[in-house]
Amino acid sequence: MAALINVPAKAKRGDVIEIRTLTSHIMETGFRHTADGALVPRDIITSLTCRYNGTEIFRADLFPAIAANPYLSFFTVAKESGKFEFEWVGDNGYSSTASASITVE
Amino acid sequence: MRTTRRQFLSIAGGATVAGTIPMVTLRPLQATPAMLNAAIRNVVGEAQVRTGKVKLDIPPLVENGNTVPMTVSVASPMTAGDYVKSIHVFNEKNPQPNIGNFYLNAASGRAQVSTRIRLADTQKVVAIARLSDDTFWQATAEIVVTLAACTEEMN
Repeated sequence: MAALINVPAKAKRGDVIEIRTLTSHIMETGFRHTADGALVPRDIITSLTCRYNGTEIFRADLFPAIAANPYLSFFTVAKESGKFEFEWVGDNGYSSTASASITVE
Repeated sequence: MRTTRRQFLSIAGGATVAGTIPMVTLRPLQATPAMLNAAIRNVVGEAQVRTGKVKLDIPPLVENGNTVPMTVSVASPMTAGDYVKSIHVFNEKNPQPNIGNFYLNAASGRAQVSTRIRLADTQKVVAIARLSDDTFWQATAEIVVTLAACTEEMN
């Protein structure tokens, strides 16, 4: 599934950097009905986890009140060069991953 | 057999005369302030929630409740001894009171989270931060929504 990750390619050691993520998902609330009255079942992403060289640095629980195509931005301190790994988990066995690299000087 | 309008009116009229108007109760399609309080208690327990430290940036007037930009930031030095553990965001009138839980740590550098949310009605949004000393701080915002989200019919 398509995900858009924005992590600075380079940073100085100790800098606070912003990480922005966007992933495509309908985030169906489970509260909507079709025109003939049937309830549309819930289908949302329930969590995003971000790991920096294997250590969890950010985690979010998402609910139906998060807009479609969930956007999340958060911060972390650039400690060492390496990789950010992102994992989205959702209803109906949904799972998606992405990663981004950073060079820390 | 389909009930005609005439039959319905005669039944309804009879019921009124008898003083037993049939009551139709529906499950509320929106969270109530009680549900909001219950959701908050679920997170903070018996702890006191003080106002301050938290800043909730959200437009006061929203045309489309389907995607409302929101930023929560907490005034915190974010050191190993004093940092924000988590940020919890709640609403008052969506079908469900939770919006999101965000878990931070001392290495986050800045206690700030942005996302886009859905609002089903003109209502109050509450952001609560849990600090490393397990105190809770909150900020609230009132938002006017002109086009609701969440419960509309699918096209």
